[in-house]
Amino acid sequence: MERTTLDLWVGLFVAGGILALLFLAMRVGNIGTFDTSKTYTVTAKFGNIGGLKVRAPVKSAGVVVGRVGDIRFDTRRYQAEVVLDIASAYRFPVDSSAAIMTSGLLGEQYIALEAGAEEAMLEQGGELKITQGAVVLENLIGQFLYNKADEPALPGK
Amino acid sequence: MFEAVLCTVRRIGHRTIDSIWRMGVAARFFLLTLLHSGICLRRPHLVIREIFSAGVLSLIIIVVSGLFVGMVLGLQGYETLQTYGSEEALGILVALSLVRELGPVVAALLFASRAGSAITAEIGLMKATEQIAAMEMMAVDPISRVVAPRFWGAVISMPLLAALFSAMGVFGGYLVGVVLIGVDEGAFWSQMQAAVDFREDIMNGVIKSVVFGVAVTVVALFEGYDAPPTAEGVSRATTRTVVTSSLAILALDFVLTAFMFRGV
Repeated sequence: MERTTLDLWVGLFVAGGILALLFLAMRVGNIGTFDTSKTYTVTAKFGNIGGLKVRAPVKSAGVVVGRVGDIRFDTRRYQAEVVLDIASAYRFPVDSSAAIMTSGLLGEQYIALEAGAEEAMLEQGGELKITQGAVVLENLIGQFLYNKADEPALPGK
Repeated sequence: MFEAVLCTVRRIGHRTIDSIWRMGVAARFFLLTLLHSGICLRRPHLVIREIFSAGVLSLIIIVVSGLFVGMVLGLQGYETLQTYGSEEALGILVALSLVRELGPVVAALLFASRAGSAITAEIGLMKATEQIAAMEMMAVDPISRVVAPRFWGAVISMPLLAALFSAMGVFGGYLVGVVLIGVDEGAFWSQMQAAVDFREDIMNGVIKSVVFGVAVTVVALFEGYDAPPTAEGVSRATTRTVVTSSLAILALDFVLTAFMFRGV
């Protein structure tokens, strides 16, 4: 085969392969959705994190504003300590609250941030004081049954 | 009786020593190839020619099988996910299974049978027709002139082919899931993007395909270079290339997966 045609084919092949990789990175992967370069970290302590995973999204009003950077266990208070990497573009008041939520019935778990009303903003290394852990299905059912047992029997039954 | 047992044990021992010896020779052959790779920078056209024969000529089989694997994944995944009412998760299923496993592994298996066997047959025939001996007579080093360009050509082609396979597979899954069955398009892509991580999933897939490319190419080159210079020897070496490299791919895949995805 002639050298120029061969070069052309190989060039097309390499360009196609790199395009395929870019497609995977941008369209299939999440590299385009959230910029991880400039973030500040805050911590939050939860009684129960349920199935929260590292790199789970942190959302406020449904918009992804950061990701879970690390999950540790605090041996002094026997609570889970979650480190949140939040994009520097988004600042939150110091009295903001964090809750662990589930997207959909079988979806992944994420952290929902609810902005507070204070003037002062959260800084690098700050802590979210008001938190609400994950809802455990067994506890919920247990509570429901307990409430049912307390109710007086309906008349006529 | 005792003699027969002794003979069997001796044969096992001989086989073991023989295979370990071959592995040692193959490892030295691999190192020699790396040491003689300088020519690929001095004469890049040798490598471009090999990228053509290993990569471009494998395009058809890779693209078509990627598309069909993706479409089948779309159909099968939809069937199962539908029973849980979560058919929007089809995008996650298709993308993760392709990017993490099927892309690198199936592309490498196809690459072994399409390009690996061709490399072995070519080098084996060069040896059988004494072209390699002729090169040595002319003081041309066959490792750097024949082996090293083929090695780098195939190693460069393999990750590109795996990426093309995965991309075509995702497109096939999209065709079946969204266009044919009617899964919501926005949910298909957004759930996929939320679940597929660039570093954890896509880069690990690329690393896998590079490792498989090196394994397949080393096996193919060594079997070809080591083949007895007869018609039967070359045919046996070609068969051995496909069998050995496929087994190596599957074994390496297990090891790599165990290291990469242990579930945090």
